[in-house]
Amino acid sequence: MMKCTQATQLLSEKLDRPLSNKEKMNLGIHTAMCPACRQFGKQMLSLRDISQRYVKQSDREERGDNT
Amino acid sequence: MTQALFRSDKQPSGQLFHNNEFMNDLRLQMLKFAILQVRNEALAEDAVQDAMLSAYQNIDRFNRQAALKTWVFAILKNKLIDILRKEKRYTNASILEEGASLNDEALIDHLFTENGHWQKDERPQKWYEPDHGVESKHFWRIFDTCLEALPAKYSRFFMMREFLELDTNEICDNEEVTVSNLNTTLFRARLRLRECLEDNWFQGENNT
Repeated sequence: MMKCTQATQLLSEKLDRPLSNKEKMNLGIHTAMCPACRQFGKQMLSLRDISQRYVKQSDREERGDNT
Repeated sequence: MTQALFRSDKQPSGQLFHNNEFMNDLRLQMLKFAILQVRNEALAEDAVQDAMLSAYQNIDRFNRQAALKTWVFAILKNKLIDILRKEKRYTNASILEEGASLNDEALIDHLFTENGHWQKDERPQKWYEPDHGVESKHFWRIFDTCLEALPAKYSRFFMMREFLELDTNEICDNEEVTVSNLNTTLFRARLRLRECLEDNWFQGENNT
């Protein structure tokens, strides 16, 4: 089975290129059984989302410190 | 002629430009962003000046700081993309390699066991309510710090990809790296960034 080191790399690359069918299958099997890598995959998507907000800097001043 | 651009204080929106603190902050944020992107202070300054000037010229369109900011960053982003496209050769490979791969093996060893699985206490945690958390100034300060902690090449590739939304081929062209090299660098940048955010933000949130 794929190792977490390989799975995490694919979860990152997934954001930059389409994965091959074989990669998708292996990754799918891995993440089905590995909650840590599933979480990692979600965090990769969050990073992208956070980055987009960072650039837009939307309402940063207006919302102030009240988290 | 230029004087006329600044004479907008009769419109309510013109007040935005008289809020020195806001404008200074905005300028500094843009400059920091631009310098990280193009690695050349003079080019970065020029791009920021141009973006600010466009904002002055279009001041009537904005009545909120946030709207102005979004807009001015969009202009800046386009200017930076132009600069990067023109200045293909600006990257000095030897500078970029420095420090880049130095700690990667150590990080991988720290996160993963010898047989390639997550170390028990390094397993990624659920990021609770990122929607809520990322709104705060404190979060953005941590995000800034984490970005700055990345090796220069990592943060630039990451920002080209995620901030400027350039696609892989475009970055490879610009930076004269192979696709697999870029993919690996992006992976390592994300790995570090998530580690830094988890340690400094999300972990703390979870514990409360």
